[in-house]
Amino acid sequence: MADIKGSGKVVGVNGNMVTIEFQGEVLQNEVGYVQITTPEGKNSLKAEVIRIKGNRADLQVFEMTRGIGIGDKVELTENMLAVTLGPGLLGQVYDGLQNPLPQLAEQEGFFLKRGIYLNPLPDKKWDFTPTAKVGDTVVRGDSLGSVPEGMYSHQIMLPFNMYDTYKVKWIAEKGAYTVDEKIAEVEDSKGKVFPLTMKFQWPVKRGIDAYTERLKPVDPMVTRLRLIDTFFPVAKGGTFCTPGPFGAGKTVLQQITSRNAEVDIVIIAACGERAGEVVETLKEFPELIDPRTGRSLMERTIIICNTSSMPVAAREASVYTAVTLAEYYRQMGMDILLLADSTSRWAQAMREMSGRLEEIPGEEAFPAYLESVIASFYERAGIVKLKNGKKGSVTIGGTVSPAGGNFEEPVTQATLKVVGAFHGLSRERSDARKYPAIDPLASWSKYKTSLDIAKVEYARKVLFKGNDVAQMMKVVGEEGTSTEDYITFLKSDFLDAVYMQQNSFDQIDNSVLVIRQIHIFEIIFKILGAIFNFQTKEEARQYFNQLRQLFLDYNGTGWETPEFKAKEKELVDMLSAKQIGLEENAAALLGTSK
Amino acid sequence: MRKVYSKIESIAGNVITVSAEGVKYDELAEVTSAHGKSFAQVIKLSDDKVSLQVFAGGRGVSTNDEVRFLGHSMQISVSDNLLGRIFTGSGVPRDNGPGLYENMIEIGGPSVNPAKRIIPKNMVRTGIPMIDVFNSLVESQKLPIFSSSGEPYNELLARIAMQAEVDMIILGGMGLKYDDYLFFKDTLEEGGALSRTIFFVHTASDPIVECLLVPDVALAVAEQFALKGKKILVLLTDMTNFADALKEIAITMEQVPSNRGYPGDLYSQLASRYEKAVDFEGAGSITLLAVTTMPGDDVTHPVPDNTGYITEGQFYLKGGRIEPFGSLSRLKQQVNKDTREDHRSLMDGMIKLYAAYKETIEKKSMGFRMSAWDTKLLKYGEVFEKELMDLSVNIPLEKALDKGWEILAMCFSPEETGMRSELLNQFWPK
Repeated sequence: MADIKGSGKVVGVNGNMVTIEFQGEVLQNEVGYVQITTPEGKNSLKAEVIRIKGNRADLQVFEMTRGIGIGDKVELTENMLAVTLGPGLLGQVYDGLQNPLPQLAEQEGFFLKRGIYLNPLPDKKWDFTPTAKVGDTVVRGDSLGSVPEGMYSHQIMLPFNMYDTYKVKWIAEKGAYTVDEKIAEVEDSKGKVFPLTMKFQWPVKRGIDAYTERLKPVDPMVTRLRLIDTFFPVAKGGTFCTPGPFGAGKTVLQQITSRNAEVDIVIIAACGERAGEVVETLKEFPELIDPRTGRSLMERTIIICNTSSMPVAAREASVYTAVTLAEYYRQMGMDILLLADSTSRWAQAMREMSGRLEEIPGEEAFPAYLESVIASFYERAGIVKLKNGKKGSVTIGGTVSPAGGNFEEPVTQATLKVVGAFHGLSRERSDARKYPAIDPLASWSKYKTSLDIAKVEYARKVLFKGNDVAQMMKVVGEEGTSTEDYITFLKSDFLDAVYMQQNSFDQIDNSVLVIRQIHIFEIIFKILGAIFNFQTKEEARQYFNQLRQLFLDYNGTGWETPEFKAKEKELVDMLSAKQIGLEENAAALLGTSK
Repeated sequence: MRKVYSKIESIAGNVITVSAEGVKYDELAEVTSAHGKSFAQVIKLSDDKVSLQVFAGGRGVSTNDEVRFLGHSMQISVSDNLLGRIFTGSGVPRDNGPGLYENMIEIGGPSVNPAKRIIPKNMVRTGIPMIDVFNSLVESQKLPIFSSSGEPYNELLARIAMQAEVDMIILGGMGLKYDDYLFFKDTLEEGGALSRTIFFVHTASDPIVECLLVPDVALAVAEQFALKGKKILVLLTDMTNFADALKEIAITMEQVPSNRGYPGDLYSQLASRYEKAVDFEGAGSITLLAVTTMPGDDVTHPVPDNTGYITEGQFYLKGGRIEPFGSLSRLKQQVNKDTREDHRSLMDGMIKLYAAYKETIEKKSMGFRMSAWDTKLLKYGEVFEKELMDLSVNIPLEKALDKGWEILAMCFSPEETGMRSELLNQFWPK
């Protein structure tokens, strides 16, 4: 903890907000500690300054405020709320203030005792290899050396809060050091010398900007879900949101994405949701092997866990803690995916604080600054070019839990304004046990798909047309529908059943490589574009039923195995048996004549 | 000796304000008025002004009444003496028994460290086939019973209280009608379950502040017993009354309402109670079932809506039965694989057929001709509803599964059920 600078005395308590009267200087968003004495003993509770008025300041307390009294001392730290950055973050489970929960459990048992703040980084020796040499000129973000952290080489960088140009005066030899040991000394332009360790602090509410430029997100961030990668893709450095009513499968979708996403590091911010769900991730990830690296999934994962019953102010901090850790690893040239579940709970935390501050409420009592805060959070995503020419990216995906499942509410709307892709979940699809329950009619993405965009658009059109026919059929019945329309309906149903949905229990079908998506989409496209020769609707239905069954079996075969090829041949044969031509637009896209 | 203050400066609703020193946030005080003593809790400190929420309500409190601060937060005595007893939300006996003051513990304690939670693995058997077979209740699960006002939700809770295989039942009543309170008391007494039950009851005519205390007191007591290794089932009825009490108090406190008058922290308030459901590794567990009546039968109403985001599934009570569609136990997969090999398939198969029955009913009501298959389905639906869905059915899981096969055999031939042949060979009644 930093030097104690300003100080104050409590003059008011209202819920998790305390008002203090202070002497000396106070900084907006400064961290303070409220000193209390309870029957169990002395305790100091972390709090953050959120409003200053004359000689009084309002602080939100990150803990339960029971037992705080008028006149209790408050020590101010002169530092904004910050996280500790350094090797050893991967694989950790933190609360919203970067308190390591497993270590806390070891020390304190079942309950989260308040006022206990442990070291976020493990106390172990790291094998440091210096890369900078004495006499080198370095600026913020430049690498001084590296340590192996799991499967990655963790760069030890000049702290981002050192804005001058520095000369390396001394650097430690190759060897084992803890994060608290000195590994270098640098001198600024005025001749002042700074000792450096492998760790430093960075305020969570400021983006890390020690890069050269921000680039446009282009490369796909692969999730191995066909519906996302093909139709509603997400780019590395992009943003997406997943709104949905309760029970539509938001959390399941995020859990699966966190397993399969093709990125270097996944950070899960469990923000104000059920503790039980985090437990599943906590207990399962260390057991699961990442097929790409052959190592435990936990080694590439950080979990920030502030579940619904934990204090509300720390919930607000947790998403910032998560994104700051993501930005830190981005500085090393890595691709990071941040999954926040759920941003609505974060927005509600803001609403609670705003109410206590008696601010004039906006829509549904959310504060008026809701939109700008959400926008600036998602804007911390991005793909950047670093000074050494490497690229790193932070992709942010947030779930939204709209009240009553109605997307017209403020948080969903504010989020939709800033994200690059929208994966809306629908209750109808999840009730029908369709996985993923992303509604293909309502969702959209501004990023580029890895597949042929014109063909994807064609497929979407079939889906829309099929849906129109389905709506019409509800009124006029099957008898009143033309055979042509009926076939369009069958095609769109087929596309949904065999491509947009995946079998989450099937080892092969639950995560599909992009190369396979490209391959099988070609077949789907030919089926969607085909003109068939059916005498009756019954015949058409039976044909598509068989085709669907065959395709589902095909989806269950391993990529490029003999069974895969055999099933594919069966499919192609079955198609050519009934096909009498190609629709005009489809033929043009395939580059063949009618 | 703590100071006594005898000048109440303002009284608004249930909130009184006094000027006092050395008072802590959340501290308890005793207000002595002409109508007797009542506890009050500090809910706001502002310079020397202390605002307190009076449990018995502000009615009849005079500006000269005495306020004595007790130097601690709301506490409740926890011991085996609680068993079989009935208390109000503030822990005062309402059964003419003696007051209890030993081993006092604070209510509303800290939440459980997520790192200390375990993946739930034990089923709680209730003897109700619609729960045991189709949506198994799991130890440490939190589940609401969504119900419209006229449904027999209290009867259902009472049945569960009598039949559930747990060590202890803690029943929290909020805004209960007096006859419902008597119904619970009499039913459990007659059923012989009273001795393993603790009641915390707030009736509709009691002061509203006590309604807010009921879940906290019930769960704090449950937590203490669970830490001692007991399997506890907490039953709360009705959480919508609890939410309405929150609303009432928030509005008298001039808080900005968010959605249909409910305070902005409704989600956090509900979550901090529901999340007390837990399975302590190496000790006991708390399982939580809570009735949530849906005003206007509308599941998007803020109370059921926020609840659905917190809980691990829900039971829908409709037409006096636990509706198989819409009801969901999110944790059932953790336990129904280890019960009996036919459990999962029978569950799926019977529900699929029941869904087909519902379609047939619809066709029938539109005047379509019934095919032979339709007639079979109609028979099946009727038998299913009578033999398994009816709330009065009380049979263990294995018997319920056998009964399921019997019903299928009564209505269909084996191949019509769509079940796998191995299961048919093994379980189809000969």
